[in-house]
This record gives sequence, C-alpha cells and structure tokens, in this order.
Amino acid sequence: MVEKRTAIRNANGLHMRPATEFVDCASTFASKISLAKNGLEVDAKSMVGVISLAVACGEEIVIAAEGPDEEEALAALERVLEEMREEE
Amino acid sequence: MNAIRGIAAAEGIAIGTALVLPRFSWGDDPRTHVKAVETPEREVSKLLQTFEEVQQELEALYAQAQAKLGEESAKIVKGQILMAKDRSWIEGMTRLIEEQGVSAVSAVQTKVDELLRLFEATDNAYMRERASDVRDLGSRLLLRLQGGVREEVEGISGPVIWVANDLPPSLTVGIDSTKVMAWVTETGGRTSHSSILARTLGVPAVVGAGDLGEQIRTGQTLIVDGGAGLVYTDPDSELLDEYEEKLLALAAKDNQLARWKDEPTVTADGKRIVLQANIGHAEEAEAALKQGAEGIGLFRSEFLFMHRNDLPSEEEQFAAYKKAVEAMVGKPVTIRTLDIGGDKELPYLQMPRELNPFLGYRAIRLCLDRPHLFLTQLRAILRASNYGQVRLMLPMICAAEEIRQTHRLIEQARTELTQEGIPYDSQMKVGIMVETPAAALLMDQLGAMVDFVSIGTNDLVQYTMACDRMNESISYLYQPYHPSVLRQIHYIVEQAHRNGITVSLCGELGSEASAFPLLIGMGVDYISMSASSILAIRETAASLDSGKCERLAASVLQCADQEEVLSLLK
Repeated sequence: MVEKRTAIRNANGLHMRPATEFVDCASTFASKISLAKNGLEVDAKSMVGVISLAVACGEEIVIAAEGPDEEEALAALERVLEEMREEE
Repeated sequence: MNAIRGIAAAEGIAIGTALVLPRFSWGDDPRTHVKAVETPEREVSKLLQTFEEVQQELEALYAQAQAKLGEESAKIVKGQILMAKDRSWIEGMTRLIEEQGVSAVSAVQTKVDELLRLFEATDNAYMRERASDVRDLGSRLLLRLQGGVREEVEGISGPVIWVANDLPPSLTVGIDSTKVMAWVTETGGRTSHSSILARTLGVPAVVGAGDLGEQIRTGQTLIVDGGAGLVYTDPDSELLDEYEEKLLALAAKDNQLARWKDEPTVTADGKRIVLQANIGHAEEAEAALKQGAEGIGLFRSEFLFMHRNDLPSEEEQFAAYKKAVEAMVGKPVTIRTLDIGGDKELPYLQMPRELNPFLGYRAIRLCLDRPHLFLTQLRAILRASNYGQVRLMLPMICAAEEIRQTHRLIEQARTELTQEGIPYDSQMKVGIMVETPAAALLMDQLGAMVDFVSIGTNDLVQYTMACDRMNESISYLYQPYHPSVLRQIHYIVEQAHRNGITVSLCGELGSEASAFPLLIGMGVDYISMSASSILAIRETAASLDSGKCERLAASVLQCADQEEVLSLLK
C-alpha cells in the first residue's frame, strides 16, 4: 500500500468540479483507493463519498492506494490535485 | 383493532383495503418513513431502474451542456452523473429498503438529506452552495420514482383507500373515484387542497392524522369515517357490522337524494334559489355537475399557482379555466382571481414575512402591486370567457379604489386582446367578494360599481370578530352565527338588491343545513358550497316556507349573541 499526505490548496476546496475529476481519475485504476480527512475515510471512487468529506482549502487529506497499479494511481491523483491548484 | 383520530375533512364512510403511498414532498419531515409496500424486492428494483434512467437522462444533458456551454460548465453535470453511478451510495439506499422496509422514495430522501446536512454543516460557503447540485439530483430521482408510483397508482384495479403523508395536486386531480374509496393523510387541515377536493368529489377523507408509518400497512383492512375523523385498522366483526349498516343507510340516502339532481332548488312556496359548487381545480367541475351543481360559485384559482416553482403562464391558466367552463356547458363559472398570502404562500413570489399575514400583503393587494402577474391572469380569464359563462371575482376588497384599479387593468387586457384578434366575452360580469366589514358596510356604494357580490363568510367572520381563524386558543370567538356577522350579510343583501345586483355566498356557512333557512330568509340568491352537500340542501329547500324563513331571519337579527341565534335555529 502507498500513501500520500497532502493539503488542498485551491480556494474553494475539493468542490464538485475537482471532485469529479478526482473520482473520474481514481475510477480508471484497478487498485483500491481511499481518501481520508480527519480520520474519516471514504472510497475515492465514490463521488458521494468524496464530496461528503467537504474538504476545504488548507485542509489536510490522505490518499491511500492498494493494488496492482497503486503507484500509478497515486501519482495520477496527485497530478489532478496539482492541476486543479493551477486552474484557480 | 386500532382507532386513529384525525381531522374530519370530508363526510362519508369507506370500508376497504389500504394502499400506502410514499411521501411526495421533499424532506420537510425526515421522521416520516412511510412503510414500503411489503415487497422490498420490488422497491429495490424500482430504485435501481430509477438510477439507471436518471443516469441516461444526465448523460444526454451532459452532451447538450458540452455543446452549448463548454466542457468546464458541463463538469457540474458530470459530477451528478458520477453520483448517479455511485455504487456505495446506491447500496446504502438498497440496505435501507431491505433492512428497514422503507420505500424507494424514502430511501432516496434519507440518503440525500444525509448528504445535504453534511454540506450545510460546513462553514465553507462554496461547499454549502454545492448542496444545490445534490438537491437537484435528489429531486430528479424523486420525480422519476414518483412517476413510477403514479403509474402504479393509476394501474390499480380494485378500489383502495389511500394512505399518504400528503396528497399532491398532480396526483389527486383527475383521480378515478371508482378506484379510490377514501383517503387518510398525515398532514393537512380542513382547508387543505386534498380536503376540499374530497368534499367536492364526495370521497370520505380524514386528514392531519399524525404519523401513520407504524400504524397502517398496505393491504390492511380499514374503516374510514370521514364525518367523525376516525380511521380503524383491522376492525373486529362487530364494528364491521355496525359500519356495513351505516354504509347501507348512507347508500339509501344517496339514492333518495339522486332524484334531486336535475331539479331546480325551490322552496315549498316557490321561492327560487341557486346552488353552486366551490372547486379548486378545473377537473372538479365535471364531478360538481354530476352532483347537481347549477354552476361554479367559486373557482379558487390559487391552486393553479401552488406546489410549483414558478408562475403558471397565460396559456396554462387559460387551458385550466377553459376546461372548467366547457365542463359546465353554459352554466356560470365564477373564477376568483389569485387569493394568495395569509396562510397560503408561494415561495417563488418571495413574499416578505409579516407579523400579521391575514392583515397584510395578500389577495387583491398583492395582485394590484404586481400588475404583470395580475394582467396575465385577467387575460387568461377573459379568453376563457369566450367558451361559456364566466364571472370574474375579486377577493378581499376593502376599498373602492381597488375595484377602479382592477377595472382599468381589465380594460387594458381587453384592449390588448382586441388588438391581437383574440376573442373574449365583452359582457363578462365582474364582481367582488365581500369578506371584510369595510366592504360590507360600504355595499350601498360598492354595489353600484360591480355586477355581483359574493360573501366569503370564513374571512368575514375572521375580520368581523378580529379573530385569527387558525389560532386555536381563541377559536371560541370564531362565530359564524354571531349577530354582527349576520347583520352584515343582511345589509349586504339589502344594498346589493337596491343596486339591482345578485348576492352569492360561498363560505363554509353555505354548506350548513342549519344556516340555510336563515340565508333564504335574508334573501341570498346563490349559495356555493362543496358539491357533495348540494343535493341534501336542495331536498331541505323543498320543505321550507320562505315566509317563515323571513320571520326567522328577522328575529335572529335581534339576537345579542351566537348562543341565542343557535337556539332559534334549532
């Protein structure tokens, strides 16, 4: 299992649009991927789960992946968060 | 056996099988989980099917949004698609249905509400706004599910008793009364639309019965006693026998009354009075006609405006008015212009909160303040007047100026229609509702400005007694038989007749058998009531002597209080 601790930096947090991209991206991998905030963990492939975390700007999240393509998954998801930061 | 007490909304008795309907309105009360039809498998497959359909609907929308608005804006829809595909979310709903036996509607409601509460709890404004995307998806799901329910309800073969949290107008209008024997609702009062509709159709109804989720299941045998406001579940044979007998007696009475259907209403000594029906939806006109109505004395147009998110267009209104007018084949249809405010709100009009809504921004006051809204309605009514005998009636008049202003707007609507080459009845009668002491005591003057008057007793009592009719702690003061109320009715009739115009009465008082001789005695020309009361009142009329009624009225007008009046009417 690989894990990455990071903070959401864009002003509006992980709202609908970035959440959509995040979930979309996660869903393309075979690995089991989770997203956690304050110890609350949700399935990163579940849109409802991800938006229900209501991650705001500055909040810390943990992405964890476990499976055949866990490394690629983690790298791709990090990229999504990075791009979304640049967008704003 | 269990007895449930509610509000007696419409008289009559029904013995039959319960059909529990899911909740229809969006989450005002998350506690009410109406139990599902005892087949969770069916509810689950309904749920999955709905998600499937909504997903397809959204995909189509996404393609459209992409083409029209570009990829970025379309992402919002994409987010909804992902939610509609979210397996763990759907599984959560499925579990609710399987483990708690709730309906698919209820499961969707619970899960969407859960998510909404999460959003609303965050202090991030942008996040809170995203709640609207979720709410939007929730509504989309519910709409589909209810569509399914509607088909199911329409597809039922045998007659059943509806049990619901509330009945939306979209379900109750066009209802097949051979399939629905009665209804019981958790919410509502005597004046809510489902109650009014029940009285019009002659369907027994008990409303405001409180939480029924635990008490009634689909398939259970129920006795509904609409007159007593009682519902019995799984009645024993003794009670069943008792009610079977009552039912037979009622059927015999109905048979006896049926012969009055096509008769005019005349007292024993030949005095003619006209009995009309109050309706809230165009669809009720036909039922009213079948129950012997000699016209519609009050078409409450506000129901066209309620339970929706925007104003009905001129075309929509025109279609509804025309439908009622055509159903009555030449008999008069009195359309009351929008009577909203007070206890009836339209969220999309964004009316200010008021300390005294009944004394505030409502009815004609609101319409004259929003001439565009009013003009649309006036045009629609005028257009319908081309298809029969339409009378336009203005609610809550207090001042002559309100009538003048309305006349000017009607004139404007006529001019517009003429210019557009749209036909209307140039002789359409315009009248006012007299529901305030201000209008009643000025009847000598106002009577000269209009073609007819109609007394709305419910509000007239409220404003005369300065007693909010919704306030239970002062309900003892809400006295329809108070001499001040009756004296005003008498004065209105006297002055209207002096002006050569007719007087109708369209409040609750008109349906009361004990008030009828008094109203004849005071000279009221038309009485408009729940259609289901018409035949019984007509039968009563035939046994009355108008001279005696006049003498009765004269002595009643000398009484000091309601008790004295009631003792004379006995």
